[in-house]
Amino acid sequence: MSAHRLTQITETNWIKWLLIIIAVVFLGLLIVLPLIIVFTQAFAKGLSVFLNTFNNTDAIAAIKLTLLVAAIAVPLNILFGILASWAIAKFDFRGKQLLITLIELPFAVSPVISGLIYVLLLNTHTIFGQWLAAHHLQIIYAVPGLVIATIFVTFPFVARELIPLMQEQGTEQEEAAVLLGASGWQTFWYVTLPNIKWGLLYGTLLCNARAMGEFGAVSVVSGHIQGLTNTIPLYVESLYNEYNFVAAFAMASILTLLVLLTLLFKTLLEHKYSREIVSI
Amino acid sequence: MEKISYCKFKKYSLLPGFKLTLGFTIFYLFLIVLIPLTQLFFNVATLSLHQFWLIVTSPRVIHSFQLSFGLACLAAIINAFFGLIIAWVLVRYHFPGRKLIDALIDLPFALPTSIAGIALTILYAPQGWIGSYFTLLGLKIAFTPLGILIALIFVGLPFIVRTVQPALEDMDAEWEEAAVCLGASRWQTFTQVIFPMLAPALLTGFAMAFARALGEYGAVIFIAGNIPNVSEIVPLLIISKLEQFDYAGASAIAVAMLLASFLILLMINILQKWNYNKMEK
Repeated sequence: MSAHRLTQITETNWIKWLLIIIAVVFLGLLIVLPLIIVFTQAFAKGLSVFLNTFNNTDAIAAIKLTLLVAAIAVPLNILFGILASWAIAKFDFRGKQLLITLIELPFAVSPVISGLIYVLLLNTHTIFGQWLAAHHLQIIYAVPGLVIATIFVTFPFVARELIPLMQEQGTEQEEAAVLLGASGWQTFWYVTLPNIKWGLLYGTLLCNARAMGEFGAVSVVSGHIQGLTNTIPLYVESLYNEYNFVAAFAMASILTLLVLLTLLFKTLLEHKYSREIVSI
Repeated sequence: MEKISYCKFKKYSLLPGFKLTLGFTIFYLFLIVLIPLTQLFFNVATLSLHQFWLIVTSPRVIHSFQLSFGLACLAAIINAFFGLIIAWVLVRYHFPGRKLIDALIDLPFALPTSIAGIALTILYAPQGWIGSYFTLLGLKIAFTPLGILIALIFVGLPFIVRTVQPALEDMDAEWEEAAVCLGASRWQTFTQVIFPMLAPALLTGFAMAFARALGEYGAVIFIAGNIPNVSEIVPLLIISKLEQFDYAGASAIAVAMLLASFLILLMINILQKWNYNKMEK
């Protein structure tokens, strides 16, 4: 691009390189070095110590719990994301903007407050909490609480990826399908879904990365019971607080790797299907 | 043609599934988000106005509010400056590694915050790779408010870059060409033509980065030191109230924080409208 610009319309070379160097150094100090730290610390005492971290019942319990929480929260949010974006993108109705704002609300709320609201709602001082206690249902400081808090925090991810994408694609193709006699389900499955699949996949991956990595909200509702309600990020915290840095970063490296793969995948997709992906 | 909709709520459409999808969306939204959030306000309503005021104006709370809002704002300003440079470099220049940098921008958005927190702490601790250089200068970063600032810059950066980037990509070259034809220098073109056109996107990004930084917990607590009245942020204060089972206190602080951040976002929105109207003229 810049090669085709007239010299007056772009910057002189030294300014260009100065800006590039500023950008690279800033990102290096802020993003690349922390990334390198995760892996150097994880392998600081060699591969066997690294692997030893996972040979531990608490570590395995944390990994299993993280997978379980994501396996419940992510599909529910995918379902919600698809239905919400169908309603919002394919129809015109009053209050649409308000609905979009409300869907994005969990992004504006501190993770700590996200956890707090469920503790307030379900603790034993409330009517609902007393009913739960009477029926011996434990939500807060137990697995269901972790799931609900994770659903709240990852609530907007799929929807906000799909809404702009489906709005841009309009309704003509779906209308044609309906006029040709397709049922609602057929229209979605054969017409809409192929158009949104990459956006949906990326939204799902981001939702999953956040679901597995959520810390603040989950920390409030978890009660930090080792081996029972510790997800990977919470387990990382407790290892770190015990000064067991190698183990903490070894656990952290699994999730970091997952995030790196997600971003790599996004970059590859963006290259091919740039119109079907919306950043952040 | 009998199916023409008489209701003013929704325009007629051929497509099926409106009631089902909207119904589920609203049901899920109420169940997961709205009902739990109103519980927060109900909890605060049990306090008298005087009690509420006493809680949110106690010195420890005031200090944590000053710290959280001040640092979130400062981090967003720093991010606006560097984020603009990064977006500019990514859109306007071609250089080796550009794609890699572009991909890395989303990392703070996707990386679990506690992992970011411990990695930044190790890095900026007095013996850390970067921290040790600052120790030579007599400056301590980790376990001081300066460390909190670094963590908040980290979490807010993608919001600025990802809002400025598309605005910069969509900008027509004509404007700059016109400026040059009228005799403007490159710097004048930037300050008088390009920057005003980017300002709305920059402001939106600023608001998002600010909101995110304000509520951040995981990335901050490891690097902060968490000393009351020195380096205790609002989310941490809420947690410590909660750990003492002081539900009323925790909710009062949470409500004050929500109201304050909505007020700031509203002000930014109004500023945005005002700026937009000015551009129209």
